[in-house]
Parts: sequence; structure tokens; C-alpha cells
Amino acid sequence: MNKRTEKIRELASNLLKDGKVDMVIGFNQGTTPMATNPDIARSPEQAEKFIWDNNCSINLANYLADRKEKIGIIAKGCDTRNIVNHIVENKISRDQLHIIGVPCTGMIDKVKIASEFDDEIIEYNEDTGSDSDSGNNFSVKTASETKELLKKDYLKANCSTCMHRNPVIYDELAADLVEEPVIEDQFADVRAIEEMDSKDKWNYFDDLLKDCIRCYACRNACPLCFCPTCFVDESDPQWVGKGQNDIDIRTFHFLRAYHCAGRCTDCGACVEACPMDINVRAFTRKLVKDSFEIYGWEAGLDTEKRPPLDTFNPNDPDEFIK
Amino acid sequence: MKVIKIDKKEWDKGIDKSREKYQLFGPVKSKNNHIFKKLENDQPLDMEYKDSVLSPKSVLFPQTEKILETTLDESKDDHHIMKRADTDYSPRAVIGISPCDAKAVQLVKLNFDTKDYRDPYWCDAYEATTFIGLAVNRPSIYDFSPSAGSGPFAEEGLDVLLVDCGNEYLAKVLTDKGEAFLGAAGFTRKEDAKHAETIITKMKKEAEDAIVSTISTDKLKDKEILDLHGAPFWDDLAFSCINCGTCTYVCPTCWCFDIQDETKGNMSIRIRNWDTCMSPLFTMHGSGHNPRAEKTQRVRQRFMHKLKYFVDKYDQGTMCIGCGRCVKHCPVNIDIREVCNTMNSYEPKSENEI
Repeated sequence: MNKRTEKIRELASNLLKDGKVDMVIGFNQGTTPMATNPDIARSPEQAEKFIWDNNCSINLANYLADRKEKIGIIAKGCDTRNIVNHIVENKISRDQLHIIGVPCTGMIDKVKIASEFDDEIIEYNEDTGSDSDSGNNFSVKTASETKELLKKDYLKANCSTCMHRNPVIYDELAADLVEEPVIEDQFADVRAIEEMDSKDKWNYFDDLLKDCIRCYACRNACPLCFCPTCFVDESDPQWVGKGQNDIDIRTFHFLRAYHCAGRCTDCGACVEACPMDINVRAFTRKLVKDSFEIYGWEAGLDTEKRPPLDTFNPNDPDEFIK
Repeated sequence: MKVIKIDKKEWDKGIDKSREKYQLFGPVKSKNNHIFKKLENDQPLDMEYKDSVLSPKSVLFPQTEKILETTLDESKDDHHIMKRADTDYSPRAVIGISPCDAKAVQLVKLNFDTKDYRDPYWCDAYEATTFIGLAVNRPSIYDFSPSAGSGPFAEEGLDVLLVDCGNEYLAKVLTDKGEAFLGAAGFTRKEDAKHAETIITKMKKEAEDAIVSTISTDKLKDKEILDLHGAPFWDDLAFSCINCGTCTYVCPTCWCFDIQDETKGNMSIRIRNWDTCMSPLFTMHGSGHNPRAEKTQRVRQRFMHKLKYFVDKYDQGTMCIGCGRCVKHCPVNIDIREVCNTMNSYEPKSENEI
């Protein structure tokens, strides 16, 4: 067992033992290789099942919106940024939460790892090592071979440009804070698309969405998507066609992305959840970049500030808005 | 039993020949995954595919299918009168369908082709289709088909079962439809049936032995519906569910659909789309009331339908054939095997205990 898992279990158990919270939200080991299962512990015994590894990609802040209980939550950097969003957007109050922050060293990209092998992955093991390098090496086994791989080569795309690995808000920590990487050029992927001519851009997005089955896993895994009724689910009147029509599919993705402008923390849960391996971040990344470059804004860092597209300032420097 | 031997070197040529008489559907690679699709004119099949994220159910039941159409142009005599869409029901063959997916088609048939009602769109497509199965030599760890009433070499619902023997396929002819397809492809070289059977039996056993994952379903039928419905485990089980439609869309037996009318200019069409019981909209009433407004109710519905209501109604086992797609693709690892075993072993507390 790695040290983060040990500490998470200890802290979560104590919270429940001391009656400080009604429940703790964390990850259990999944039933298949490289799978984890978000779960709640209501007793110290249940908290003993929590784990932490390189596959805890799903954003647990997604399970907080509108809950009334006193909640402990295991949260990596991006999860805490979405908790900040939730607090700003009144989906949960800070007083209800006891945040067990987990300084994160990045999650791994299952699709990229699977592409290294001809056969199906049947076993995954992490090197537990010391606290700071836990999970840096892992082994993946298929029916025909076992490979030792390095996490740095298989980081999820969003983790490889992440500069907020440490929780931005927490009550306790499950490990020492980690060094934040300095990324010189964090938006190279977005610029590559921006630089395409309109035809290439069209083809790029056409190809990006060609396998979309409208399961809405991207939306439902996203902590930002808490609208009581999503615009695609409006039925009285209906706003968007429901079939596999290209324009309706694009409408869903474009509008969802815009709704995340200035709110998206680039946690990558949308990509992680997509069964068709669509890089849903291709939409939201552009808005993350624009928010940063136009407003100097990064979402989910401050509970006292509202997102830029959610505010009006009489001293706005732009003339057109006055 | 008749067995045809197909040299793999002859395969592409035969498949091309069959295109003269059949529309072909089969596994094609799309990005990292395989999906079953209608093949373009000379598009090749990828028979080496290991699994397909979407099942071949779409061959008979497309995610979006135009079923009726009309014109809104009032100068036309037949304006506003819905007519059957002009769908091509000429012979089609789905090549490389796995045995459990073929069994799934038989379960879906129970819904679309009943004593009282025949769904013309599904049934016409079904009748036009020849199912050329591909036995699974190396089952996935997600596969639990033998304990779900199917298996890697199961034959139910197939017209031909292809067994990949390295340089050649042994094609077990199971129906006249299957024989006709092999004939159209020019695959006619007979193999000694006894010899072939020995090989196939051995490979079948090896494949079945390789599957260790199981579900227990023996007690589901005797459970009281309301006991299971009111069981205390649903809330915890549903906690992690994000209510996306992944499990239902990748499932080869999920048959629910939604009907929509769409218009463009004077053209009006009626389409049917896959629907998902995971969505609140699935049960939203016109009044605004939703009888399944809570996530737990929707998760419970999916599993109760597959593992209890279906079992009781049709007496044909569960509405799950053990392909493992939902287990593999669920973003939060909700595992139907665990749910099934939990339901199967659930004993309600007696009244004294409560």
C-alpha cells in the first residue's frame, strides 16, 4: 500500500470516528485493471477501503453539488479548484466540508497506455516507493508481456500542463505538498488549432466528434455541469434535436464548452469519462486559454472572486460594454 | 453438420464477391476503437479486432433511424401524411459478430417481434440480415458470457460460425441463410465435418476455460420483485453513477428508443433514437412530473429490468449476455457482475428482524 492511501484512510477514519462529518467521499479500488470507483464511507471500516493511485482521475467535486450533509472529501489539486467553483456558485458551503487535500503528481492516460500493447491489459501494479515518488513507476501486464513504464511518459494530457497539483483549499493534507511544475508553453495544443486555416479547423472538429454517441458522459462527469435541466434535455419546448445529426452534436459540444468558459479547471474528467476517447478538452482548452490571456484568470483559485464572464465592472477598460 | 474451409488468402476476394449480393456490415477501426458499421464499397473488414466499443445492435437498430416521412407542402395531395421511409432492406450480412452479440439480437427480438406486435423497421432489417459470427478464441477479461447464457463459441442466433484457425477459417454452416452467404462469397470448399468438429470442440473448451469471470443468476427468478426493489443496497450502489448513457448505449441488449419529429423546410421526418433510462428525460411526463426523478431510481430500473423484470417476463435468462462492455466503459466502474451477484444473493430481513 502506498503512503497516500495509508494517510487517506487514517484521516478519513478519524473524521468519521470523531463524528466530524457524516460521510467521506473517496476512491475505492475498481473491479478491473486501472479502474477506480468513487464511493462514500459512512463508517471508519468503510474508510479503510479507500485507495489512492494513478487512476483517480474522476473529479470528486462532481459528487458535492447540493448535498446537505457534513462531508469529508478526498481532493487532488483540480478537485479542490472545482470545490472552490462550487463554493463561489453556491452549490455547497465551505462550512459543510472537511477537505482532505492530496498533493497530486498527475494521473495516467489509459488510452495511451493501452495503445502500447497488442493485447488487453490484465494487471496493473504501482511501485509504492516513498511518499514523493509513489506511482512514478508502474507495471502493466497483458497475456503476452509485462512492461515497466514511467508515469512521466504517460501522464494524462491535462496533467502534463497542470500547474496546480497541490490542493488550493484544504483542512488537512494526505501528503507533503509537491513542487509545482513550471510549464513554459501550456497552450501549445490550442495554438496548433488556432493556426489552422478554416478548412483544416472544420475537418479537425468534424473528425474529433465523428464517434460521439451523445451519452453525455463528458457532461455528467463534469463538476461544472450541474444545471437542473441541461439545454439538451429541455423538452418544453425542445431546444436541440436528439438524433445523430452532425449539427445537433456540435451544438451540444459547443454550447457546453461555452457554458464552462472561465469556470473550467481543465481537470480532464470529460475526457476520462468518454467511452469513445474523444478529446473533449479540445473545446474547453481554448476557453481556458482565452480566460487566462484576456483576463489573467484561472478558474477555481479564489472563493472570493467570481468568474470573469459572471461579473460586471463599471470601470471595465473596454468601451463596448459601457 | 457442414463445415467450409476458407483460406485467409481467399478471404478478401470472397468478401468482395459477396458485396454483389449483400450490403456488408462489420468491425472497422475508428480512432482507438472498433465499431460495427456499414462498409463502403471496397472498405475492408478488420477481422483481427479484439473487441468493439459499440455492439452490432446498430445494424438492425441504428442510433438514429428515419422511420416515416412526409411533406408539409400543401400543394401536394399527400401533404402531412406520414409514409414509411425508403430504407434499403435488400440482403445484408453482418460479418464478425461475436457469439454473445448474436445471442443479444435474439433477446432484442423478444421485444421487437412479439405475438401482438411486430416492429416493422427492426423485423424487416432482421429478416434481411445474415449473421456471420466469429468465435472468440481469446476472450477478454471483461467477458462473462458463459455464465450469462452465451459463450465464446455459442451458436444461437448465428447463420455461420467462423472459427479462426490461424491461416484459415473453419466456417460452421448453421442455417440455409448462412449457406447462401458462403455460396455468394464463393466459399465452398468442404472440410471433413468430423475432423473440423474435433478442432472446434478443442478450441471452444480452451476459450471457455480462459473465462474466469462469472455471474450467479440462479436465484433471481424466485426473488420477490418488491423485495429486490426495496432492498437497501441501491443508494450505495448508485452513489458513484454519473447518469450518463454509456452503459445503455454500449449494451447490445438495451432496446429502448425515443421517437422525434424533425422538419426542415417542407420536409418532415419521424426518427427514432436510442434512449437511455439513465436520463431523467426518459420518464419525464408532459405534466412536468417525473416518476423516476432520483438517480437511484434510474440505476435500480436499469438493473431490475435486465436482471429481474426481463427474467420474470420472458423466462429466457437475464437480459445480459456477458459481453462486459458496460463494465469496461463505465467511467466510474459500476460493475453489473457485482450488482447481479448482490441481487442474486439478497435475502430480505424477515419481519421479526425489522
